[in-house]
Amino acid sequence: MEEIKLMKGNEAVAEAAIRAGVDAYFGYPITPQSEIIEYLMTEEPYKRTGMVVLQAESELAAINMVYGAAACGKKVMTSSSSPGLSLKQEGLSYIAGSELPCLIVDVVRGGPGLGTIQPSQADYFQMVKGGGHGDYKLIVLAPSTVQEMADFVELGFELAFKYRNPALILSDGVIGQMMEKVVLPPQKERLTDEEVDKLYGSWATTGKKKGRERNIITSLELKPERQEAHNHHLQNKYKKIAENEIRFETFNCEDAEYLLVAYGSSARICQKTVQLAREKGIKAGLLRPITLWPYPSKAINKLADQVKGILAVEMSAGQMVEDVKLAVNGKVKVEHYGRFGGMVHSPDEVLEALETKIIGG
Amino acid sequence: MAENILTPEEIIKRGELVFKKTKLMTDANLSYCPGCGHGVAHRITMEVIEELGLEEKTIGIAPVGCSVLAYEFMNVDMQEAAHGRAPAVATGIKRVYPDKTVFTYQGDGDLAAIGTAETLHACNRGENITIIFINNGIYGMTGGQMAPTTLPGMKSSTSPYGRDIEMMGHPLKITELIAMLPGTAYVTRQAVHKPALVRKAKKAIKKAFELQQENKGTTFVEIVSNCNSGWKMTPVESNEWLDKNMLEYYPLGDIKG
Amino acid sequence: MTEEIIIAGFGGQGVLSMGKILAYSGITENKEVSWMPSYGPEMRGGTANVSVIISDERISSPILQNFDTAIILNQQSMDKFESGVKPGGLLLYDPNGIIRHPTRKDINIYTIEGAAEAAKQKSSKTFNMIVLGAFLKIKPVVKMENVLKGLKKSLPERHHHLIPMNEEAIKVGLEKVKAVQTL
Repeated sequence: MEEIKLMKGNEAVAEAAIRAGVDAYFGYPITPQSEIIEYLMTEEPYKRTGMVVLQAESELAAINMVYGAAACGKKVMTSSSSPGLSLKQEGLSYIAGSELPCLIVDVVRGGPGLGTIQPSQADYFQMVKGGGHGDYKLIVLAPSTVQEMADFVELGFELAFKYRNPALILSDGVIGQMMEKVVLPPQKERLTDEEVDKLYGSWATTGKKKGRERNIITSLELKPERQEAHNHHLQNKYKKIAENEIRFETFNCEDAEYLLVAYGSSARICQKTVQLAREKGIKAGLLRPITLWPYPSKAINKLADQVKGILAVEMSAGQMVEDVKLAVNGKVKVEHYGRFGGMVHSPDEVLEALETKIIGG
Repeated sequence: MAENILTPEEIIKRGELVFKKTKLMTDANLSYCPGCGHGVAHRITMEVIEELGLEEKTIGIAPVGCSVLAYEFMNVDMQEAAHGRAPAVATGIKRVYPDKTVFTYQGDGDLAAIGTAETLHACNRGENITIIFINNGIYGMTGGQMAPTTLPGMKSSTSPYGRDIEMMGHPLKITELIAMLPGTAYVTRQAVHKPALVRKAKKAIKKAFELQQENKGTTFVEIVSNCNSGWKMTPVESNEWLDKNMLEYYPLGDIKG
Repeated sequence: MTEEIIIAGFGGQGVLSMGKILAYSGITENKEVSWMPSYGPEMRGGTANVSVIISDERISSPILQNFDTAIILNQQSMDKFESGVKPGGLLLYDPNGIIRHPTRKDINIYTIEGAAEAAKQKSSKTFNMIVLGAFLKIKPVVKMENVLKGLKKSLPERHHHLIPMNEEAIKVGLEKVKAVQTL
C-alpha cells in the first residue's frame, strides 16, 4: 500500500530500501547521512523482511562487505558522505571491475579534507568521473527531492541489475537533511536465489551447485590481452547504458533565451531563479540532469542552438560545468556559478550571476 | 622413457594408488615456486571441504599476494578480494548467506598489515567464517619486501640489512592478538613443512570448518610457511630455517579452543 | 499561499520539533511542506534553527534567505535573522534573555513570554508549544485541529500521554501573545 509520510531524505532512502526488498545494508556513520543507518537499526528490517543491517568498522570494510554480498547476487547497498566515499573508492573500482550490481548513496558535504558537514556538490568529479583507478563508470542518479531519494533506490537497483553495474545516488546535505512529503512504495518481497537466477542469470557465487561450473568473481586478469578484452566489454556496456538510460527534466525551456543547468538541490534553487528572472522579463529556463552519468549532453547541445548563454550552477568551484562545456562544444558561452565549501547559493545570487556573467558578460 | 610413465587408470588398476588429488583442486598448474608451502595448504584445505561434504555450499575468498590466483586452483565458488579486505568480504557473504561455508585464505601482508582492521573486527564480531592465514614473513608476490611478520634481523628487499626493530618495529604476533578476542572460537598455529605437521594442520583446518558449521564464531588457522625464493634459499634450506627461526618466534599449537 | 518561516533559538528549546509539528500540520491539509534544519555539532548546546515552508504550490528552494515569519528565541538568532524578515513580515520573539530588541520599523513585531509561561506551567518542555500557539494566533496558516493531528504524528506513541499538556500550552500561547508593533 502506498503511504504518504513526512520524512528526511536520509530516512526516505532507508525506508525505501526496506520496501524495495533490499537484502543487506552495510555502513559507517558520518554526518550528514547517519540517519540512514540509525533509521535502519531502529526499524529492525531483519524482523520485517529479513534484511541484514550491519555497522562496519570503517567505510573501507563497509564497501567490501557490499562487494562480498553483491557477488552473491544479493541486493546490497551502502551509504556515506564525501570523506567516506573517498575511502570507498578502492572498493568501487573493484566492484565496477567485477561488474557487481549494488547501490551506493553519497550525501555530499563540503571538502577538501575533513572540510565541513554542510551541503556541497563538490563530489561530482570523484563520483561521476571515476575517483577510483581504471576506466569505469557508475550509473549516477541525482535526486532533487525527498521523493526522488526514495524513488531512486528502486530505480538504482533496477539499473544496477539490468547492467550488472554499481549505481550511485548522488545527493547532498540539503536533500539528506530536509523533510518533505514522500509517497512510499508498497513493500516488495526479497528475491529468492532461484528468482535471482531466473531474472539475472546464475553468475553469482552461491556455492557450486551440481550441473554448473564454479563461479568466480574477480577483477584480476594478469594477461593484458584479456584485461583489454574485459575493458572493451565494459566500454560496450557503458555505451549501451549511455544510449538508453539518460534522464533529465526541463523547466521553462520552450522559449528560453538563457539556460541554467543544475542538478540536485541546486536545481531547486535555480527553479526559483527562473521564476525571479521571468518576473524581471528575462526568459530563463532550467535543465536538470537526473542522471549525471550518463549525462544529457545531446539535450544540452540542442538547447545551445536556441539560447544565448548557459550558466552551470553547482555548489562547487566548477565541476559539472566541464560536462556542460563538452556538450555545448563552443556553440554559446558557458559559465559556472556556485557557492561552495558548505555554503548554499540563494536564488537571488544565481540570478545576479546570470545577469553579470551571461547576459551582461 | 615415455612408455614407462603410467596413466592414473593403470596405477589404479595395479592397486598401487597411494594418493589421489581431491577433485576440489583444479588441474591448473600451481603458480607457486617449487618448495613453497602454499600448494600443500591449498590441498589440505580443499580436502577438508570435500571430506566434510561442503563443496556445494562453500564460498572462498582469495587475497592479494602470492595466492591472489587461489581461485584458479580451488574448485569451488570463489571471490577475489581487494588487498586486506577479505574478512570484510567474507562478512558480507556470511551475513546474506548464514548457512553457507565461507573461508578466506590470506597471507601475512594481506591479513596482518593492510587488512589488520578488517581482520580484527571480523574476528571480534565473531563472524562464522574460517580464516586460513599463511605466514611466511615476507611479501612474496611483489618480490620479497618486509612483512609485518618478518623476524628481527631478517633480510628482505626493504630491510636489506636485516629488520631493525628500532626503526621498523616488531614482528606482529597477530594470531595471539586474535586469540584474545571473544568472537573467536578456535585459534591455532600450524605448519606444513613436514609430513607429520601436514597431518596436524589438516586436522586443525577440519576442526575450524566443523566449528563453523556449528556457528561457534570465527575460526582462525595460521600456517607458518616458507618462501624459499624470497628468503633466497633452496627449498630444503628454507624449511630448515623455518624450523629453527620462525617457530621460535611463532610457536606451533592451539592458542585458543 | 506560501508561508516561509524560520524558527531559531538554542538547541534543546524544541525549535526543530516545533517546525516538525507545523510541517505535519501542513501535510494534513494537503499542502506542500519542507523542513530544513541546521544540522551538526552546533545543535548541541549552540544555536539551532529550522526553515519551514508551507505552500499551496510545489516548493522550489528549501533554503531561505528571507522569511515571511521569523520566530526568534535567543539573542544570537535575533542578531542573525532580524534583517532577513521580509518587509511587512512577522517577527515573533520571546523577550527572555533578549538585550538587543528588534529595531526594524517595516515589520510586524510580537512577543510571547514563552519561558516565563512554561515556568508557571512547571514544564519547560511545553515552551515551544506556547510559542507555536502565539504564532498561530497571529498567522493561522494551519487549522488548530490539524495542529493537534500534527502533534500526534510527530510525537512517538510513548509520548502521546503528553498531548493534553501540549494542547494546553498552545492555548496559553494563543492568549498571551502581545503585539509590540503592527503595521
